[in-house]
Amino acid sequence: MYKIAIRSSGSLLNKISMNLETISLLRFEWILIAIIFILLVMKLTDADKNTKSMLTVVNGLLLVNFLAGLLPMAEGSAFSNFFHTSQLIVLEKNILNLGLLLISFSGARYLYSIKNQLEFYILMLSSVVGMFFMISSGHVLMLYLGLEMSSIPVAALANYNRTLRNSSEAGLKMIFSSAFSSGILLFGISLLYGATGSLSFDAISMSIQPSALSLLAFAFILGGFAFKMSVVPFHLWTADVYEGAPVQVTNFLSVISKGSVIFVIITVLYKLFGNMHMEWQLGVSVLSILTMTIGNLFTMRQTNIKRLLAFSSVTQVGFVLVGIAGATKVANASVVYFVLIYMLSNIAAFGVIGAISESTGKETLSAFKGLYKSNPMLALTMALSFFSLAGIPPTAGFFGKLFLLAAGFGQGLYVVLAVASINLVISLYNYLRVVKTMFMDDAEVALPSIKSNAPLTIALVICVAGLLLVGFYSPIFNYISSFSYGM
Amino acid sequence: MNILNVLILIPLLSAVGVLFARNDKAVKLTALTGAVLELLFAGWLTYAYAKLRMAGATGAMLFQSNTTWFEPLNIYYRLGIDGISLSMILLTATVVVAGILVSWRIEKQVKEFFFLILLLATGAYGFFITTDVFAMFFFLELAVIPKYLLIGIWGSGKKEYSAMKLALMLMFGSALVFLGISGLYYFGGHTWSIQELVAQHISVEVQRPLYVLIFAGFGVFTAMFPFHTWAPDGHSSAPTAASMFLAGISMKLGGYGCLRVATFLLPEAAHELSWIFIILASIAIIYGAFATMMQKDLKYMNAYSSVSHCGFVILGIAMLTKAAITGAVMQMVSHGVMTALFFAAIGMIYDRAHTRQANELGGMLKQVPFIGTAFIISGLTSLGLPGFSGFVSEMTIFVGAWEHPGMGYKVATILACASIVVTAVYILRAVGFAIWGSVTNKEYLQLKDAAWNERFATFILIGGIVIIGLAPFLITRLIESDVTGIMAMLLR
Repeated sequence: MYKIAIRSSGSLLNKISMNLETISLLRFEWILIAIIFILLVMKLTDADKNTKSMLTVVNGLLLVNFLAGLLPMAEGSAFSNFFHTSQLIVLEKNILNLGLLLISFSGARYLYSIKNQLEFYILMLSSVVGMFFMISSGHVLMLYLGLEMSSIPVAALANYNRTLRNSSEAGLKMIFSSAFSSGILLFGISLLYGATGSLSFDAISMSIQPSALSLLAFAFILGGFAFKMSVVPFHLWTADVYEGAPVQVTNFLSVISKGSVIFVIITVLYKLFGNMHMEWQLGVSVLSILTMTIGNLFTMRQTNIKRLLAFSSVTQVGFVLVGIAGATKVANASVVYFVLIYMLSNIAAFGVIGAISESTGKETLSAFKGLYKSNPMLALTMALSFFSLAGIPPTAGFFGKLFLLAAGFGQGLYVVLAVASINLVISLYNYLRVVKTMFMDDAEVALPSIKSNAPLTIALVICVAGLLLVGFYSPIFNYISSFSYGM
Repeated sequence: MNILNVLILIPLLSAVGVLFARNDKAVKLTALTGAVLELLFAGWLTYAYAKLRMAGATGAMLFQSNTTWFEPLNIYYRLGIDGISLSMILLTATVVVAGILVSWRIEKQVKEFFFLILLLATGAYGFFITTDVFAMFFFLELAVIPKYLLIGIWGSGKKEYSAMKLALMLMFGSALVFLGISGLYYFGGHTWSIQELVAQHISVEVQRPLYVLIFAGFGVFTAMFPFHTWAPDGHSSAPTAASMFLAGISMKLGGYGCLRVATFLLPEAAHELSWIFIILASIAIIYGAFATMMQKDLKYMNAYSSVSHCGFVILGIAMLTKAAITGAVMQMVSHGVMTALFFAAIGMIYDRAHTRQANELGGMLKQVPFIGTAFIISGLTSLGLPGFSGFVSEMTIFVGAWEHPGMGYKVATILACASIVVTAVYILRAVGFAIWGSVTNKEYLQLKDAAWNERFATFILIGGIVIIGLAPFLITRLIESDVTGIMAMLLR
């Protein structure tokens, strides 16, 4: 009796310590879930009556969430390898957390103006929880669940301006396209199961061989992810959704959603399909060429700034694919590094766009005419972010983009690089077109001097500082590179 | 910290200072102080360099240092100078001082203007002092934004078109260069360092494409035919100081890159393939000269003549003989100063007469004798009058080019020599129309001659021309050991 009690308490302790370990591995996820619960409770207690203080609390919680992510964390896996985490994954989650925080800050003004802000946050955070599970997944089921969890709330977000027709259109397009892509992905997954007889990453990566079946599985899985990353020819939903959704949702879509899928596709390609390196490199290269070129060509003619950035984000993914096809340790580091830079650039740009569209009600390119004269700081921020997207020094985008291309060179992807260099020129044209509008054209209607609110200013300052520092300050890249992995 | 960093820090700090200056006057003074300090420092650096060399310092580069930058990619921030980069630094410092002085009366967005000018200068200095190809590329690209904005905002005529064209074409050149240097990195033992790449024996098959990529890429910056079309539009639309920078410094970045990266690091391919660029350079020289003859706008005239003159630089580099390369370096310095003076004189005339059409001007020498004289001096330098810098440098190139035994090379040399005659025609014609003669337009009788700032700028530039013209040995001695080093590489 006595012995049994000891034994059971021992196993209880064991269990508790095991659970503690699991809990600590899942730190990112449960903090977010806890925040979602707090928000739900706030909603139930009508705490959102005072919008301003409520938003401050939420921003504070997100800040805590971001800071908590910076605390050191152990590597390991849980739930029999369904979930695993490593230094690189922690870093990726931190990048996403930072993006989440910055978007929340830069969207403050929009969020003041709408109703049901809490739901907005709850949806956004649930999506991020899904991404975290997706990034950490060690099993295809977990991967799929995470992906679904991350994309469905975003459709609701895209539809957030319920009175606007094109916002509803955006929501509907989003849900259709994500359902469609999930279907494709699932089909690929089932084929993969047929080919390898397993769904766990470790087992698949051991047993997969280039065969007709596994190639087909790969093609479908890549297609499914290509939808989420808006890789050409799966990009058709992008522009309409970006245009219709509220600015901050577009921001979230272009940065966080896209970034998380890029992170996870590295794992899928490098680990899952590691044995099919040659095959997927070819596929990714072709997609990369198509994506950069078509994204660029479509950007040229856009007159709506959000559509312009939609196609620009398509182009940027094309460049990311060059790095992904690079498939070395440095290539992997460059991709993560580039996503960070791309995130800062896009958040800065969308922050400015949000400020302009809320004060003028316009989202056309012509609304930016003469912006430098009326709002020099906003125009400079926007210009800097666009220079970064175009890959021009002294911004970080220069380093990010060149490292991607250099990684591609290491693998001998000369055709891709030739196309990429031409695309560098075209994309410079696209971005300079906006810079010209802001700096050289005269305003049709004199713009008012826009009073920037404190959270937006903070977000923009962080972005601008990041755009300058992340490039020059090499320890950031070296840090990322220290725990990235190649093929 | 390496003392060479001062070369970057001075313009950078003055650029930051400009941002915090209270009024326009303070902005201009800050910029000028920075530029003058930089010129003095460059002079001191030359002295220190010469002293070290006299004392028997043998390294290919002096003042070297090495700081880790992006370790996973083996990118280091490597510094070092030799005589060639030093002469480029002196050229840059001279042109920057003159450019800032000439822009003294600018009124529109003064702060931004001088900030961008200083940023542009920072890029050029950085390019010349780094010996890591990646860092060089960084500084090369750094100039894109300032150039675009300077032309687009402060320019004249179809400025937005010109600015865009220039930015895109230079970006195209950069893209070629980047592909080339990535190749150097991967095939040259994973290093970006020029010093280490020299020791690598990259196979000729690999060298060939890399040589063409890098040379053509830098060639775009030098306005090499057929990539020259940005130059006429860009130069003519740019404000005076920006034209001076573009032609005086920016085009030299390309020449320096062609020599230092393409030719020096890929010598076997240079021997095999330099004929491509000799042909292109010959076309540029002759086409540029004839195109100049057709121009009425003085700025277009000088822009096309720059295409022709920079063709000499390419020709000299591609001839691969010691005298020709020496001449090419001299021509870079000479053309840099000369063209800056030319654009300054044209700018001064344009500020007063509000036209740049040669046939609408006339009698400038009577009304504004100082400016007229400056114009004539730059013209005479351009057509290669002995005593000025143009003569010695072009002469050296011709002599060096003639040394090359190949038949085709002799033909190219003869063609290049013949272009001098065309140069004489257009220069004398422009001088005849715009400067000599009687005053055609009554309004020009009220014109005032150069102000103090313009006089200073002119004197500095004329000083450069005359010093090189009368004492070319100053440059040849400065660069002799470096050209010998390049020759040793070419003959390995």
